[in-house]
Amino acid sequence: MRKGNVYLLFFILALFCVTLWVVWPGTDIFGRKDFTLGLDLRGGSHLVYKIDMAKKDPSQSDVDVIEGVKQKIERRVNAYGVTEPVIQTIRSEDGDFILVQLPGVKDIDEAINLIGKTAELDFREMELDQSGRMVFDEQGMPKWQALAIATGSDDKEKELTGKYLKPNAKVVLEPQTNRPEVAFEWNDEGAVLFEQITKRNLQKPLGIYLDGVPISWPTVQAVIKEKGVITGLDLQEARTLAIQLNSGSLDVPLELVQNMTVGATLGEDSLRKSLIAGIIGSVLVVVFMIAYYRVSGLVACLALIVYGVLTLAIFKLIPVVLTLPGIAGFIVSVGMGVDGNVLVAERLKEELRAKRTLQAAVEGSFRQSWTAIWDSNITVFIVCVVLYWLGSRFGNFMVMGFATTLFIGTALSMFTQVIVTRTFLRTVVGSHLATRPSAYGVTK
Amino acid sequence: MIDFVGKRNLFFIISAVLIVPGLLFLAVFGLKPGVDFSSGTAITLQFDKEIEIGQLRQELDELGYDKVVIQPAGKNEYFLRLQELSTEENKKLRDGLEVGLGAVVTVRNIYTVSPVVAKGTVRNTLIAIAVASIAILLYISWAFRKMPNPFRWGTCAVIALVHDLLVVIAVFSILGQLANVEVDSLFVTGVLAVVGVSVNNIVVVFDRIRENTKRGVSKDFAVTVNCGIMESVGRSLNTGLATLFVIVALYLFGGITIQNLVLALFLGIATGIYCSLCIAGQLLVVWDRGFRKAK
Repeated sequence: MRKGNVYLLFFILALFCVTLWVVWPGTDIFGRKDFTLGLDLRGGSHLVYKIDMAKKDPSQSDVDVIEGVKQKIERRVNAYGVTEPVIQTIRSEDGDFILVQLPGVKDIDEAINLIGKTAELDFREMELDQSGRMVFDEQGMPKWQALAIATGSDDKEKELTGKYLKPNAKVVLEPQTNRPEVAFEWNDEGAVLFEQITKRNLQKPLGIYLDGVPISWPTVQAVIKEKGVITGLDLQEARTLAIQLNSGSLDVPLELVQNMTVGATLGEDSLRKSLIAGIIGSVLVVVFMIAYYRVSGLVACLALIVYGVLTLAIFKLIPVVLTLPGIAGFIVSVGMGVDGNVLVAERLKEELRAKRTLQAAVEGSFRQSWTAIWDSNITVFIVCVVLYWLGSRFGNFMVMGFATTLFIGTALSMFTQVIVTRTFLRTVVGSHLATRPSAYGVTK
Repeated sequence: MIDFVGKRNLFFIISAVLIVPGLLFLAVFGLKPGVDFSSGTAITLQFDKEIEIGQLRQELDELGYDKVVIQPAGKNEYFLRLQELSTEENKKLRDGLEVGLGAVVTVRNIYTVSPVVAKGTVRNTLIAIAVASIAILLYISWAFRKMPNPFRWGTCAVIALVHDLLVVIAVFSILGQLANVEVDSLFVTGVLAVVGVSVNNIVVVFDRIRENTKRGVSKDFAVTVNCGIMESVGRSLNTGLATLFVIVALYLFGGITIQNLVLALFLGIATGIYCSLCIAGQLLVVWDRGFRKAK
C-alpha cells in the first residue's frame, strides 16, 4: 500500500468518527442537540403578511415602516411565547411582505389574530343631544363621536390613542366578578389627556375602540389620570390585547396572504414515515449493490455510509432546516452518490475484462469516470440554484429545503466518490484480500 | 449484444404512443393548478369518528360551500380544496362541521394562498423555468464542445430532455382529470430535479459515445452509438433502480405532503433511464443518417 493512501485512510476514518459523533443523538454542538426540523415535520404555522404600504404615513420611509412592523411583530411573538420563531421581511415586485414562522403553536387562530392586527387603541365620546341624552342611529345603536381629543401639555390638540400607553399592560382578574381585565397605565402625556377626557365625561359612557371596533364602553365613575382597565373581554382576548398594547400598534395594516399550518400530529407522522422510508430504501440499495457488484458494491456502500453521516453532520452544523422535500432532495443526492460509485464499479469491471491488473484497473476506472461524474452533476447544481431563488421569493421553505439538501448532498457525494471510494478500493486492492475479477462482479 | 440502435423506430413509436395522447390530454384539459398557482384554501381535516364523504359534502353544501373538491386522505381524514378562506371563515367552517356532523374536528394542515401571492408565484415559476432552461442549454453546448458536432449533440440532448419532461407533465395532466391531482410548487421542484437527473443520464451516455468515437470503435456511427449504449446499460439500470427503490419507499411511506414531488421524480427517473438507453443516442444516429443522405 502506498503511503499517501494510508494517510487518506486515516483521514477518512477520523472524519467518519467526528461526523458520527456530531450526528449522534444528544451530542451538543454549538448549543444544538438535534437537527433543525422544518414546520412540516414539527408542526406549526408559516404566515406571510402583505404590508399595505399605500396606507403609510408619507413622511416615513419604506424601510422605516417595514422595520417598525418587523420589530413590533417580534415583540408580539416573543411575548406570546413561541420558541425559535422566524421573522423575515421580503421585498419584491409584488410588494413588501413579512414572513412569520411559528413552530409548535397550538391555537393558530389566536396567533394569527395576535400578530396581524394593527391594534390601534382609541377612545370615543358619546354623541348627546341638547338635553344630554344619547343619540341612536337607524339600527338603534348609540352614536359615538370621532376620536376623543384633548389639549396636550404643549397646548396642542391631541387624539388620545394607544401610543401614550406605557408598555406594561397586563391581564388581571377583577376580584369581585373574577372576570379578566386588561390593566394599563398612561405615560405623562397620556395622563394629561386622559384627565381632561374623563373629567368632561363623568357619569357618561366612554367608548374604547380597537381598530375601529368598540370593545367596551364603561361609564366614567371618577376623574382618572394615570391608569385604567379595559373590561368585557374573555381571557384569551385579554391576553392578546395586553400583548398588542405593549408591542405598540402597527403603523400600517397587514393582510394575511399565505398561511401554511401543519398540525403537530401530522408533523410527527411525516417524520416517522419518512424515517421508515429512508431506512427501507437504504437497506434495499445496500443489498442490491453488494449482490450485483460484490467487493466494489461493498466498498461503495461503505463509502455511501461515510457520505451519509458526513452529509447529516453538515446538515446539523449549518444548520440546514430539514423538511419533507429536503429529505427527498437528500435521497436524490444519495442516488447521485450511488451513480458515481456505479460508474466507477462498471468501469472497473470493463478494465478487468480487458485483462488489466487490479491496480491499473482501479486507477484507470477513476480516471475514466471522472469527466462523466463531473459533467453530469453540473446541471443538478444549476437547477438547485434556480430552485432556491424561486423558493426564497415568498419564503417557500419546502422548495428551498429541497434545493439546499440536493445541492449540499450532490457536492459532498462528488467528494466521497473522488476521495473515499478511491481510497477504500486502493486499500482493498493493496491488501490482496480480493484478487479474483469475479469478486468485482465480472462474469465470464 | 442487444441492438438498441437497430430497434430505434420501435422505441420512437413506444415513446410516441405514450406522449401523443398525453399531449392531446394536456392541450384539451391542461394541468390542474394547485393552491400555489390559483389561490384558494386546501385543508385536511381529521374527524374523531367515521364520516361518509356524502355526509361531509352535504354538510359543506349547507354551510354554503358547494364547489369543494373532497378527497379521502387517510383514516377518518379528508382533504378539502375550496376558495380562499379568511381565518374567521376557516374557523366558522370547522365549527359548523363539528356541530353539523357531531364530531370533533382536528386540523391536520391548512394551506391558504391569496391571489397576490399566487400571481407572483406563477410569474416567479415561469422566470425560474426560463432561467433554468437557458442555463442548461448553455451548459449543454459547453459540455459537448469537444464532440464532433457540438450543436447536433446538444440539440439531441435537449430533445431527449424534453421527451422526459413531456412524459411527466402528460401523466400529471391525465391524473389531474382522473384523480384531481393538482400541480403546485413542489411539482415544479420535481420537474426541475428531473431535468437535472435526465441531463445527467444523457451526458453519461453521450460521454461514452464520444469516447468510442475517439477510439474509432467502428466506421459505422450506428455501431459506435450502440457500443456506447451497451456500455451504459449496467450503469443506467443500476443507478436508476437503486434511486427508484428509495423513491418508491418514500412514495409509499412518506405521506401525502410530498407525493407530487416524489411522483414527478419517480416518473422522471424511470423515463430518464428509458430515454438515455432507447432515445437519446438513437436521435444522433437518425440525424447522422439524414445528414449523409442529404449529401
